Amino acid sequence: MMAASRELHGVQHQLETTPWRGPKRHYDILREGLIALLVVGVVVVGLASFLGSPDDPALTFKAWATDMPQDFYDTTVSELAGTSESATYGPPYNTGGTGQNLGPVNLQTAMGVRIPVDPATDFVITPLQSQAQPGDVSAALSRWAAATADQRTAWTTAYDNALNDPAAGGDPTKVASGDYGPVPTLASGLEAMAASGALDGILAAPGNFYSTDNTKQILFMGDGGYLDAAASATHLQGNQWGMMNETGSYPGQQWLAPFSFWYQLPFFNSEADSGLAATLTANGDIYIMAIVVVFTLVVMLLPFIPGLRELPRVLGLHRLVWRRYYRDGH
Amino acid sequence: MSAHAGAANEGARSAAAPLVAADRTDAAPTSLIGRLRHRLEHDLPYDQLLPETQPSYVASWIYVFGVLTLAALAMIIASGVVLAFEGPSWYHTSGVGHWFNSLHFWSVQLFFMFMLVHLVGKFSMAAWRGHRARTWITGMIAFLVSIIAGLTGYVVQTNFDSQWISFEAKDGLNAAGVGAWFNVANLGQALLVHVFLLPAIILVIVAIHVVLVRLRGVVPPIDAARVEQARDAEEGR
Repeated sequence: MMAASRELHGVQHQLETTPWRGPKRHYDILREGLIALLVVGVVVVGLASFLGSPDDPALTFKAWATDMPQDFYDTTVSELAGTSESATYGPPYNTGGTGQNLGPVNLQTAMGVRIPVDPATDFVITPLQSQAQPGDVSAALSRWAAATADQRTAWTTAYDNALNDPAAGGDPTKVASGDYGPVPTLASGLEAMAASGALDGILAAPGNFYSTDNTKQILFMGDGGYLDAAASATHLQGNQWGMMNETGSYPGQQWLAPFSFWYQLPFFNSEADSGLAATLTANGDIYIMAIVVVFTLVVMLLPFIPGLRELPRVLGLHRLVWRRYYRDGH
Repeated sequence: MSAHAGAANEGARSAAAPLVAADRTDAAPTSLIGRLRHRLEHDLPYDQLLPETQPSYVASWIYVFGVLTLAALAMIIASGVVLAFEGPSWYHTSGVGHWFNSLHFWSVQLFFMFMLVHLVGKFSMAAWRGHRARTWITGMIAFLVSIIAGLTGYVVQTNFDSQWISFEAKDGLNAAGVGAWFNVANLGQALLVHVFLLPAIILVIVAIHVVLVRLRGVVPPIDAARVEQARDAEEGR
């Protein structure tokens, strides 16, 4: 019995490792390829002609400052105060945060600050300085420039706290009086500049002719609620399977389903302030990346993993693929 | 060149590479290029590279999905070349441009769909058997590089999609330490990577993948030994 099994195994191995000597059939791979190209071409032209493709216009700072002026204003203050997401992000943009940890490992910090972004200067002060401003804004810029770092921090922190106080609720008209220096004027100056359309295009490379890097625009816009609200409305948030969704009714990156799946799980979407779920949520991206990398390596190295490489035989789908061969022997 | 100088060069050439006797040209090659030719002639003769027959078990619709994936890739490249010549913002303002963008979009959708069916099919066949692990691994690498190519394609659309996707994708890449070098919010970098580097890598990997398939042939069915032994017994061998 054992000998027969060993012999069968040997024959199978020989069949798999030597040129096939059993029955063959004519098979014109080139003809098949040309037919495939024709069929795919017709299907693609049909889909493109009848269904088109998604292309929602890019959001602009002008629209943000016009449609959600208070959100733009509050975000600008948070950039000056260093409390925005970008200001507290950490590497590769700045040292405002430490990034995400995978247990004791922090790859984000290890790579250092490679793409320097200083939100207060890059998003607010430099754009305001890049063009002529009304008198009060010019004066505010001069006062900001002349102030020490400690003085700036005192002004911005006081105003950021007052603006986010429940009594004000983010509304600058309800902020209690205090020593906020030039901060309110700088914020309203940038809001006016954005509403006029002047901020779009200036953020990337103020004072330069060419600009090919949109990092600063993307970060600034992402700090506010405007981009976030637009993404929620189109079901593009991470916990809405947004990684594989698309605007309109078009298919998105469906192939990212094994990635997107993990973002739907409660422990990667926790509201907890402490504990394992809070840690996993705060460091969700790196944990999910690690899970996907391990999963990918397992699939890639399946041929070498005893047990798992026998899975296809157990699942039995091959019986469907080769049903005629098993039945008729050819 | 003077006759004297010419003669000197001839002498130098003779010293560097001795003449080969006519009866030695068929000997086993010793040079790198000769060894490469010998290896290709031995391992991958033309009738194996471009065969007119296949084993009889290659008779299922599942086998079509590999070539369908290649056909979709060809459509992606053809539509992508047109888009590349016109620049990343052309299709926002031109009806023809939007149509070409739609061709590119649906080619990509079909490409991934075909590739996933191809992958599941090859998994169900345990197609890595018989020293075919390299074929499986190159296929997986092609799939992974295609995912990155897809991501870069989405972030260079210069529309709302690209704003949101680059804003979201940066976090995972930054957390893994990759974002410091591969910045999806940098349109210039992403565009160059998308239209040149990644397609070049994909084409090389796909070429290796296809050559490996031809080199080893299509994997025989699981438990083919039973069928072949039964056939041998029937034929009295």
